[in-house]
Amino acid sequence: MIWVDTIVQGILLGSLYALFAAGLSLVFGVMRLVNLAHGDLIVLAAYLILVIASLLGMGPFVATLAAVPAMFVIGWLLQTHVLNRMLGEDILPPLLVTFGLSVVIQNALLVGFSANSQKLTAGAIESASLPLGPVTVGVMPLLTLVAAVAVIFLLNQLFYRTALGRAFRATSDDAVTAGLMGIRPQRVFAMATGLAMVVVTVAALFLGTRASFDPAIGPARLLYAFEAVIIGGLGSLWGTLAGGIVIGIAQTFGAAINPEWQILAGHVAFVAVLLLRPRGLFPRAVD
Amino acid sequence: MTAPLLQTVGLTAFYGDFQALFGVDLTLNAGETIAVIGANSAGKTTLMRALTGLLPHDPGTIRFKGAPLGALGAAAVLARGIAMVPEGRKLFPSLSVEENLLIGADTRTGAGYWNLETIYALLPVLKERRLAPATALSGGQQQMVAIGRALMSNPEVLLCDEISLGLAPVVIRDIYAAIPKIKESGASLIVVEQDVGQAMKVSDRVYCMAEGRITLEGRPADLSREAIHDAYFGVSA
Repeated sequence: MIWVDTIVQGILLGSLYALFAAGLSLVFGVMRLVNLAHGDLIVLAAYLILVIASLLGMGPFVATLAAVPAMFVIGWLLQTHVLNRMLGEDILPPLLVTFGLSVVIQNALLVGFSANSQKLTAGAIESASLPLGPVTVGVMPLLTLVAAVAVIFLLNQLFYRTALGRAFRATSDDAVTAGLMGIRPQRVFAMATGLAMVVVTVAALFLGTRASFDPAIGPARLLYAFEAVIIGGLGSLWGTLAGGIVIGIAQTFGAAINPEWQILAGHVAFVAVLLLRPRGLFPRAVD
Repeated sequence: MTAPLLQTVGLTAFYGDFQALFGVDLTLNAGETIAVIGANSAGKTTLMRALTGLLPHDPGTIRFKGAPLGALGAAAVLARGIAMVPEGRKLFPSLSVEENLLIGADTRTGAGYWNLETIYALLPVLKERRLAPATALSGGQQQMVAIGRALMSNPEVLLCDEISLGLAPVVIRDIYAAIPKIKESGASLIVVEQDVGQAMKVSDRVYCMAEGRITLEGRPADLSREAIHDAYFGVSA
């Protein structure tokens, strides 16, 4: 029975990684941009929620609602004024710029908040749990899974049921021809990054309520997110959820065998999937 | 006298240091269909790219309804009413046939004759395949999608760049059969073709290009076979 519990805990942990990865997957899917500052932007959003919650005396869930529009604007401005200038045939400039941005965010947070660990306190719900058949699951991890599925579902609806989604996919296919359809690719990219930051804020809520965070943890979150996107198949949103869950299950199994193996097991699973399916579990038909 | 619908006056265009168009003068009047013929590398597609804002050009050298188009980008040019069926069709592979059509109308602000219903009436085969990925269709059907997609913006000017390229004669005939209906809807057309016979059939006037210049202009009935041959291959008289 312990293995059932391990798998369930792995799925719940993996849903957090899927939340980390969904924004990365969205941006990559639309503009083929790997944002190396993605993990730091999650941490930035967590601090933003913390500040709003502290200043206005509200819980982290309500504070997240206030942080969402702010993060959307940050993403929109970042894309419009920085990243759009870097996009082109050469993939190196956006990588360098987002790497630089990562360093800047980490150091700015260090100056503003020190290296001390912080946590978003959500009250009794943090330790609440539910018996689900043979296993007991925490309410917060369960909410993380619900949020991850909801985010991926809504992003899919947006991609495949709306005019904006058509513009995302068309621009991803061929930005020049999309221009002939009246689409302004740079505005589409700004909207995509803005939306990615909304997802990042949701991820930050669950990051901050489930564990402590400090300015330096961004790059590790990026790594999990990146691995989840690659395992799932580049640009596939449901694949990203599956990728996060694969890493989560691998980590909990690793930890069940030996606690020191938790992180390593996740990376081993990543390498194993790459070896067996180099394009990921659910590659896009068009790439 | 009313200004021409679309006009180029001494249009030049460059790819970096390479000059591709040398003072091109071309006029499209409202309701007209003109054909631009010429061999490969004559500058026909470059002309289309300049007209749609994809290629920078001197502001003032392209006039729409008498006013300079200026340095507008592709999206702004479309908003003025100039749409293009690009060479090679350039359908979006991630989108279904219907989504490819819909995206042509997504940024449209006003109403017009063309919508999904009228497009499907013009090109019924597209309705049957509407949920298929656009690139799963045959070449001719893909060309129909590209034409329908451009029409969905209800353009005043439709630019058709090499719509017969790589297609079987019977398919080309089907595609060109749609042109009269498109004209009836009120659109004026510029048809770029290598197929001289087809171009002469559908157009009110013909321009021939060679090496980035207009080498011949006239009504199809007024142009001799020899004159077209010489202009097509850039042979000086």
